[in-house]
Amino acid sequence: MRSVWLKVVCIVLLVYAIIGGLLFGVPRLNIVNETIRALYFHVPMWFGMVALFGTSAVYAIKYLRNPNFQNDVWSVEFANVGMVFGLLGILTGMIWANYTWGSPWHGDPKQNGAAIALLVYFAYFVLRGSVNNEEQRARLSAAYNIFAFVAMVPLIFIIPRMTSSMHPGSGGNPGFNMYDLDSRMRMVFYPAVTGWILLGCWIATLRIRMKLVEEKIAQSEDEKSY
Amino acid sequence: MPLVALLKKELALELRRKSVVAGLGLYLLSMTFISYLAFALRQSLITPLVWNALFWITILFTAINTVAKSFIGEKKGLDIYLYSIANPTDVLISKIFYNFLLCLLMALTGYFLFTLFLNDPIQDKMTFVILLVLTSFGFSAALTLLSGLSAKANNSNILMAVLSFPVVISILLMAIRITKNCIDGLDASVSYDKLLVLLAVNALVGAVSYLLFPFIWRN
Repeated sequence: MRSVWLKVVCIVLLVYAIIGGLLFGVPRLNIVNETIRALYFHVPMWFGMVALFGTSAVYAIKYLRNPNFQNDVWSVEFANVGMVFGLLGILTGMIWANYTWGSPWHGDPKQNGAAIALLVYFAYFVLRGSVNNEEQRARLSAAYNIFAFVAMVPLIFIIPRMTSSMHPGSGGNPGFNMYDLDSRMRMVFYPAVTGWILLGCWIATLRIRMKLVEEKIAQSEDEKSY
Repeated sequence: MPLVALLKKELALELRRKSVVAGLGLYLLSMTFISYLAFALRQSLITPLVWNALFWITILFTAINTVAKSFIGEKKGLDIYLYSIANPTDVLISKIFYNFLLCLLMALTGYFLFTLFLNDPIQDKMTFVILLVLTSFGFSAALTLLSGLSAKANNSNILMAVLSFPVVISILLMAIRITKNCIDGLDASVSYDKLLVLLAVNALVGAVSYLLFPFIWRN
């Protein structure tokens, strides 16, 4: 993400999402009340996480087809930032659950699924930590990345939909499904999602550039020492 | 047919050193017996839900141990030999199929031991057996790939457990849910859509293993 206009768009969208998210009118629903504003901050985290992990998996595939250092770095850094989004998603969800369900961890299928999805990516980093050979580490972790992403799909997209859940938007609960997400909320929600995803890509690309420069420095120092 | 030859080799090796299967059987027996002893005087505490949880935990651990040895325990150099004479997908498919047979054997033995020591709350036996077949295949498809992966990384056994738990959890959750239906004696048609989802997850995991294994296998 080198171009300036994407960064400007990202900042504008996020400022709009924060101001609009906290100040604009929202529908009154029982129990949920004002916490419905979590929609602008909690839900985009999951959109962002899936987008970032998806990108990471795409670069893992690219690495397997064309093994070079760059693809590996892209894959790792997108997974890293996806992790942060996932953790923030869980945290914001716990804050929300504390006010609406009465306790931060409620054992809801969606909560458990999200926690397991994060465990998968923790395992990914453990795998990376335990292989010393750089090329082998990149190859094995790329394979696991793809495998993990595919295994994550039923976990967060299929199984939670098959069980009744207190989470808004599933089962018969009042929530942010198509009947309740009125046009006022859409006006803030979609910009918020776009903004958060852009922010994730921005952080990831910054880290990638940093890594690549570090690698260059290390290489030139190696050459000097010979 | 290299596939058949490889499968024959696995079976021949297994029959020659019976200690491995015997070891796994003993492992299963110990775990069942521990479950039994832990509840020894309070058989009434083993409600169907507890039985469900104990059973699947036992099967999961046994499956991980069963499949882990498919690549991890191999002699040094054997992978290079196989690599030079066989197609990686043939190696994978033969291992998955062989592990599937072994897992299924373990699952059925586990069910038998559980009925022997604890009790048998399963009412819908037909669906339960189908479920055991499907989960055995899912476990072996997912775990065989991960076993190959962690054999290439160095500290294999811990890594195997860490990598596999999150991946097989979706299979395990579906299995526990369907077992609950079987225990409650619901009509088999209630479980059909869940069995289908399990089948789909298996197909997904199997296909991905098939695609990824050549990359892991290459050294």
